Amino acid sequence: MSDTTNQLLDNLNALATGLFLLTAFGIVAMRQVRGCLNLFIIQSLLLAASAALLGLRHGSEHLYGVALVNLISKPIIVPWLLRRTVSAEIYTRREIDQVLNIPTALLIALALTILSYFLAQPLLGAVAPEFRGPNVPIGIAGLLLGAFTLTVRREALPLLIGLLVMENGAFLTGISISRNLPLLVELAIATDGLIIVFISGVLIRAVQKHIGTTAVGELASLKERDAEPATTETIK
Amino acid sequence: MSVVIILLLPLIAAVLVCIPVKSYWASGVTVVSSVVTLILATRIALRVAAGDSVVTTLKFGLHQWIAVDGLSALILLLIAFVATTAAIYSVGYMAHENLKPSKLRLYYANYNLFVFSMLAIPVLAEPTLVWIVVELTTLCSALLVSFQNTREALEAAWKYVVLSLMGAGMALFGFLVLFAAMQASGNDGVYTWEGLIVAAPSMPPVLLQTAFLLILIGLGTKVGLVPMHTWLPDAHSQAPTPICALLSGIETSAILYVILRLFPVMHASPHAHAETWALVLGLISVGTAAFLLLQVRDYKRMFAFSTVEHMGIILMAVGLGASVAGYSAMLQIVSHCVTKSFCFFAAGAALMAVGTREIAAVRGLIRKSPAASVALVFGGLAITGAPPLAVFLSEFSILKAGLMQKQYVATGLLAIFIVIAFFGIMLHINRMVFGAPESNGNGSPGNNHIEPQPVEKFHLPLSCRLAMILAAVPVLVLGVYIPKPLDDLLTQAAAALTR
Repeated sequence: MSDTTNQLLDNLNALATGLFLLTAFGIVAMRQVRGCLNLFIIQSLLLAASAALLGLRHGSEHLYGVALVNLISKPIIVPWLLRRTVSAEIYTRREIDQVLNIPTALLIALALTILSYFLAQPLLGAVAPEFRGPNVPIGIAGLLLGAFTLTVRREALPLLIGLLVMENGAFLTGISISRNLPLLVELAIATDGLIIVFISGVLIRAVQKHIGTTAVGELASLKERDAEPATTETIK
Repeated sequence: MSVVIILLLPLIAAVLVCIPVKSYWASGVTVVSSVVTLILATRIALRVAAGDSVVTTLKFGLHQWIAVDGLSALILLLIAFVATTAAIYSVGYMAHENLKPSKLRLYYANYNLFVFSMLAIPVLAEPTLVWIVVELTTLCSALLVSFQNTREALEAAWKYVVLSLMGAGMALFGFLVLFAAMQASGNDGVYTWEGLIVAAPSMPPVLLQTAFLLILIGLGTKVGLVPMHTWLPDAHSQAPTPICALLSGIETSAILYVILRLFPVMHASPHAHAETWALVLGLISVGTAAFLLLQVRDYKRMFAFSTVEHMGIILMAVGLGASVAGYSAMLQIVSHCVTKSFCFFAAGAALMAVGTREIAAVRGLIRKSPAASVALVFGGLAITGAPPLAVFLSEFSILKAGLMQKQYVATGLLAIFIVIAFFGIMLHINRMVFGAPESNGNGSPGNNHIEPQPVEKFHLPLSCRLAMILAAVPVLVLGVYIPKPLDDLLTQAAAALTR
């Protein structure tokens, strides 16, 4: 392929990964549960796009497979599974009372992103030039932002999405640096993601039915001592 | 071929138990399937111990994905053993719960799937596939943790899923980096544990170290290493007791096995200090767990914290140097598995007798249920390392290895923590079993003059007794005598750590 095409593909991939990062930020801050889910779907589409672009760029049919698996499993099957397991009422919730207010959360997210660029440098230095690209730092950022989402959100569904964002982040790096994984493994990982959604969906439904809330971040009855503020060694 | 059959059996059983017939069908199928699995696993272990290869006859290219060496065979055998005793224990325990038949079938279906996911960990050779089955263990056991659908059980299950999967996300990243390291090494080997060891010397050290740390922290979450342990006492205490025995007794060790697989790979990169990481993380886990053991209020949580302690001890033993303490670490894995599953059976017997998990609410158990009391005292002594039981032998040899390696500070601290844990556990058990029934929580033996109320005796179901006797045999025997084949197997497993 000519240099200009390669350049174009690289730029398009940079655009896709950049937007991927943006959606990860959105998931940290979005109050509406449905909005979170939509952002996650967009993010998965961008992941698939990045895989397809890299596949085109490096002539790897294997990456087309990854793109296809991602295209089917996350934007289509995940929302379907959630509709089957979780009641529709959850989507309409808004999370008013976050652990951190939104500007603080976004600032910390920004710091994490900068950190991930530094973390990525030694990794990028160690792999062959063709594996370098924006995927590695942004993938690490996705991993960290997903973990951060898990700490700031309380509502069950955004927490589940945080888990999936972590996996998306790992994948985004994976399609760049370890792109020759057997397709069987990729398929298994995708299936695994669907099982995560199904099991968590069942759990969320059980929590809602038996406890009457989906703000799972507030559940804290299992501790060593009685809930006195003085005991700092309690287990959360 | 028997490796494949072992993996298929629990899957078939999981399907069969869903057939809605008589109530003992589901439990019967599960017991039969796990006994057959145990027999097959024992055969594999014997063959591996004798030095034979077991996977050369595999067809359809499966030999790329499946490999069984000494370490795998050991873990496989332990999983099959605990799965069998827990299946027998389930018969009586779940009957005691008086569940609806559909709920019982759900339990057994989940049980078999969970056992399947664990059995797959040691026999798979492809690291990313191993990651997938590790994740499956979380997912298959999550609904078992929340099985009772109480507020606490649901909370525990939710924490379990979120924290374990968070760790799994990091571990996935680690495995992908490991794959990249494999590619960067220019070695055309297959991405298996074996291939990794071959390719390790030519891998870029920075990739190898990053992968190791990510996997250590990610999977360490699921093993329950401090400070990622916070979900473990919740999940390991809220699940139905046979599941606790599986989770605490063997699942944690099976996940630790995956971390241990990385140590021979890390030998190629001595600057990464993999052993120091293991030593420090292990010591922190043992220490934290020992002090938390003193202040538990729930006796199932107590045994769960003891699991954190034991995982720390095993990791520490590996950190002392696999060539010196590898055998002791393997012995500790074995003794932990058999003893901890027994402890949870004992705790479950106490729970059936009194119906509460609060330590303060249980006093004078010896009058209510002598069998449960004897089991609790025996289990407590065994898990804390009283001689001449299995844990004593393994802990003693770890301490000896520590002194040989001149790690006096770490060894000294370990000895102190073990003693603290001993007193923590035995204090609680002593109060529960022999404490005066009238005293509320103080447990002062002074008011014994009050006339003891006649207590209605509780009779433990036969299958529970059987399971406890089966589990107690290795606890007793391994303290004084290690059979030759097991000794060979342990030596081979230790050798797999050092290559």
